Amino acid sequence: MARGLKSFFRQLQIDTRLLGMVGALVVLWILFDLVTGGRFLTPRNLFNLSVQTASVAVMATGMVFVIVTRHIDLSVGSLLGLLGMIMGTLQLNILPDIVGSGHWSIWIITCLVGIAVGALVGAFQGWLIGYLAIPAFIVTLGGLLVWRGAAWWVTSGQTVAPLDPTFKLLGGGAEGTLGATGSWILAIIAAVVAVVLIFLSRRRKSTHGFAVKPLWAEYVLAGVSVAVILGFAFVMNSYPIPERAAIRMMEARGEVIPEGGPTLVHGIAIPVVILLVIAIAMTVVARRTRFGRYVFATGGNPDAAELSGINTKFLTVKIFALMGALTAVASVIASARLGAVGNDLGTLDELRVIAAAVIGGTALSGGIGTIYGAIIGALIMQSLQSGMAMVGVDAPLQSIVVGVVLVLAVFIDIVYRKRTGG
Amino acid sequence: MATPLVEMRDMQISFGGIKAVDHVSVDLYPGEVVGLLGHNGAGKSTLIKILSGAYKADGGEILINGEKAVINSPRDARAYNIETIYQTLALADNLDAASNLFLGREIVTPLGFVDDDKMEAETREIMGRLNPNFEKFSAPVSALSGGQRQSVAIARAVYFDARILIMDEPTAALGVHETQMVAELIEQLKAEGIGIFLISHDIQDVFKLCDRVSVMKNGQLVGTERVEDVTEDDVLGMIILGKQPDKNRKTEEPAT
Repeated sequence: MARGLKSFFRQLQIDTRLLGMVGALVVLWILFDLVTGGRFLTPRNLFNLSVQTASVAVMATGMVFVIVTRHIDLSVGSLLGLLGMIMGTLQLNILPDIVGSGHWSIWIITCLVGIAVGALVGAFQGWLIGYLAIPAFIVTLGGLLVWRGAAWWVTSGQTVAPLDPTFKLLGGGAEGTLGATGSWILAIIAAVVAVVLIFLSRRRKSTHGFAVKPLWAEYVLAGVSVAVILGFAFVMNSYPIPERAAIRMMEARGEVIPEGGPTLVHGIAIPVVILLVIAIAMTVVARRTRFGRYVFATGGNPDAAELSGINTKFLTVKIFALMGALTAVASVIASARLGAVGNDLGTLDELRVIAAAVIGGTALSGGIGTIYGAIIGALIMQSLQSGMAMVGVDAPLQSIVVGVVLVLAVFIDIVYRKRTGG
Repeated sequence: MATPLVEMRDMQISFGGIKAVDHVSVDLYPGEVVGLLGHNGAGKSTLIKILSGAYKADGGEILINGEKAVINSPRDARAYNIETIYQTLALADNLDAASNLFLGREIVTPLGFVDDDKMEAETREIMGRLNPNFEKFSAPVSALSGGQRQSVAIARAVYFDARILIMDEPTAALGVHETQMVAELIEQLKAEGIGIFLISHDIQDVFKLCDRVSVMKNGQLVGTERVEDVTEDDVLGMIILGKQPDKNRKTEEPAT
């Protein structure tokens, strides 16, 4: 039986590490659901989980590149705070004077400036690391202090609120979602694309005469992908918007409220859509671009990368610039979700992000890591925290559990790698 | 005689006050194998790393086909069709054979994405010639044996139409059979008019494969001799004592 299962998964050619992580996540979810008496695996909680995970997960995809090249970035939490402050001040105090209060372009300009500043700050740190050869640990430890201090300076410590209404949609909440129809459309498109990609890849392989997996395995893979995608949309669409909020939304849109009350549902949250887009983009970058190839080559053997003509110094600048840009996106999500930017925005996020990447199988020794792993890692971390909060575990004990899980996960990963020789 | 493929004139480089390469001149002609010999730390690897772009010389000049060449990086060296097989092999262990073979020179699709399938197909073809037993195309090279890793490194140098090939201890990690394979490859490349610098500890290897030997000691060139003009003992004397071979003796009583 065990052997049959093993060969089944081998023929599917799914990374066993991926299976392990998904398995751990499922076990965790079922456990919390049992302990909370069925409150964990509800559309409402899963929706919240997806929104809460988005910010850290976005940064974790960038942290994969950083850690794969044997660096670390401790500054992302503070940078997230600084960028939040800058973007908050921009949309609240600066842009209204230039383009007019409530102008449609405010959220766009805000995001673009935030991403640009994030990339610049990241590039600067990357330059210190790559060209001046200061260890990343020190540069970003300095960054952790500097950017947090700089964030305080932007407003002398005052909280910035309320944020632009359109900007706030990027953080999720009742209105910041795709709604029922939008969610289904997105899910169907995604499902079709997934199936097409699976079979295109098969055809490409066989035209080159490479071995392909058995056809049934492709069908299983395609079936599971479609089920997961549509299932996710279904669950998100099963979370109704509370009646009062729904009535307010429909009135604002000038819609007629049907007999027996409104039936609006949340659907997939916009921050989750942002995360999905970034996850896909980062996966393509990692696997299908020269930049991504060089990131992994440099992580695997920096000397070999250098001797192959790769400019590893400039590569470091680009990696940290990308990390900075992604931190800006995470900052948009985090501040939009709260609707305000306080001084403590992003505090300790660097540790969550690093933990997510590492739990997701990114090796601190370099060269190994996946984008999907980091996202699942972020989901595991967030599930742990939300679950424990729901069960009523004290905050100190929560920290202890998360810390122990982090160390344990890395230990299991080391054992796994030794066994598989990978 | 024709113009040399490579002329390194009066090369110098020092690290922290130590002259690793001290006014050394060597040359290499098309279809020729020149052995570089010397103890560890004699400066032969350093000299060759100047040619492959890994180090920048403090002085001297490099001529390729009689024209002055500027080599400041491995990329520059590759532009002159100089390929290097490093002693460490310089492979990224976490990547597969194809990714390593094309590292820094990936085949891309019209949209600019790396074309892994094409690269794997090319890798399968060249490996089919170099090492027909090679099968692990999708495994990271860390999962390969020493000989297989070596053949990936060799394939990388050969694939891109090298004119000048630098081999730093190419057989150090190999078994008897694979060593023979490298020897055959060297003969074949010679016949194609490629010039090869061969760094080796193994004097017998050098005598079998090389046309000339250049011996270094303490960063300086002891001398360059045609292999048929000297005995193994002469060369050992050059390596160990830095002594010029006594050629008169040789003409009187030919080596056995």
